[in-house]
Amino acid sequence: MIELKGVSRRFGEVLAVNAISLVVETGEVCVLVGSSGCGKSTTLRMINRLLPSTAGEILVDGKNVCDTDLQTLRLNMGYVIQGTGLFPHWTVARNIGLVPGLLKWPEARIRERVDELLQLLGLDQEGFVDKYPHQLSGGQAQRVGVARALAADPNILLMDEPFGALDAITRETLQNEMLRIKQQLGKTTVFVTHDIDEALRLADRIAVMDQGRLIQYDAPEAILRRPASLFVETLVGSQDRGLKMTGLQRVGDAMQRHLHPRPRDLDKPGVREHETLRQALSLMLWQGTESLPVMDEDGAEIGIISRAQIWAGGH
Amino acid sequence: MAIWRAPLTWLVILLASAGLMPDLMPVLFPGQASLVYQRDSFLWLLQHHVMLVAASASVGTLLAIAGGIMVTRPWGRDFLPLVSQIASIGQTVPPVAVLALAVPVLGFGDGPTVMALLLYGLLPVLRNTLAGLDSIPAAVTEAARGMGMSSAQVLIKTELPLAGRVILAGIRTSVTINIATAAIGSTIGARTLGDPVIAGLVNGNTAYVLEGAVLIGLLAITTDSLFEALERFWARRFSATPGTV
Repeated sequence: MIELKGVSRRFGEVLAVNAISLVVETGEVCVLVGSSGCGKSTTLRMINRLLPSTAGEILVDGKNVCDTDLQTLRLNMGYVIQGTGLFPHWTVARNIGLVPGLLKWPEARIRERVDELLQLLGLDQEGFVDKYPHQLSGGQAQRVGVARALAADPNILLMDEPFGALDAITRETLQNEMLRIKQQLGKTTVFVTHDIDEALRLADRIAVMDQGRLIQYDAPEAILRRPASLFVETLVGSQDRGLKMTGLQRVGDAMQRHLHPRPRDLDKPGVREHETLRQALSLMLWQGTESLPVMDEDGAEIGIISRAQIWAGGH
Repeated sequence: MAIWRAPLTWLVILLASAGLMPDLMPVLFPGQASLVYQRDSFLWLLQHHVMLVAASASVGTLLAIAGGIMVTRPWGRDFLPLVSQIASIGQTVPPVAVLALAVPVLGFGDGPTVMALLLYGLLPVLRNTLAGLDSIPAAVTEAARGMGMSSAQVLIKTELPLAGRVILAGIRTSVTINIATAAIGSTIGARTLGDPVIAGLVNGNTAYVLEGAVLIGLLAITTDSLFEALERFWARRFSATPGTV
């Protein structure tokens, strides 16, 4: 659990972060979102004390970060940044093994852990560990960056616009990966982005910031339904709010479930239960149908989703 | 192993030339009197020359790298503009002037020569240390600190390996210049390969000048190729991208 209590940061005359208070529960993903210069990165960097706070206190699991030894604090927080910050003179394996190495794990255990992480992030190709960062694509490098942050199994993950420099397709793949990792590992995460769609996808709770102030701190659905101010409303885009809402809900929660799974009719297009209502809606529009069959992971038809149910879910 | 071939070859040529020079000159120019510089053996002069340069270069390099590191730490950053200006201005002073200035302050002999070489050799190393440390992407050091490395670990594990090649290039410049400058040290009483050159100039004996000059040249080439090999070794060891830092 991370608690910020009235945290401020001043750069000379400018108050970059102005008395922010928020709580990130254990296992939750908190996304700080806002335009550039709103103080979101500054807030993040105060949590691992890359920047000292000017006022207020930050507690991690009830302990003030200023009372914790700096190295100990940071070794227990995975840190991912936009430019990846991979060491160009180290191989992938050494880069990922950085923190375990600092914690003096035995060699064999580090190697084992590196393999485990490469598997987790889908990077377990032959010879990948011996590559150097300049030999990787942007998406691969950022995956290695995430693997490095997870290496010593930290309690907390800090991510500063990790996918900001990637192309749209790679970014989406990595966002999906994040969601999967979140389900698998359940790390308490603070994630900074300027992309509201990214925030809506990944967050359990979104903190909207503007000019150093925390404007709203709420679940994604609440941010969409009840924006606290005109700024938040503009940020989430008042035009396609309805569509964004359908992007938050799973087909599995809105569908009508069959009593017994049925074998799938292969000719009819369908959606999977973990996909969003937005995907279902898009497919319906494209196919010109009123309803779609819903499949589980094994491909059996377990229910049906209709336009009416999407309508009901969107309200 | 292949990268060490060139410096080794040059070293053999240098030692052979120094050793065989007294026998070689009469063969090349038969019938000439007082053809070979006799006061000291060339091997002894070479040895002394190398010692003067090595002493000044090792101390100078350590000082310059330490200085470069200090002014790039958070607590020393205030001195960065001053130090980097001195490093640049110092480069505009010609090496001979350094020796000329050293005499009134330090007197004659080996000691003043070493001091003068040391001071002059500081600057290229210092300048390259600053440039090398400056060229490291901010994201790398930021990530290193954020992952929990101590300042010393950031320096030793990331900054120095990444800046190493540029620093080595600075040491290479510094040492090469100092091999030439040390020869001029003979004018203020140091015992170097410059001795036969000076003696030759004073007595109008071109053979002496040639002997000294050839050996100094060979020494410079040997050292330069040694550093080139070192730089390539460093690049191979600490970076997968030769040519970039």
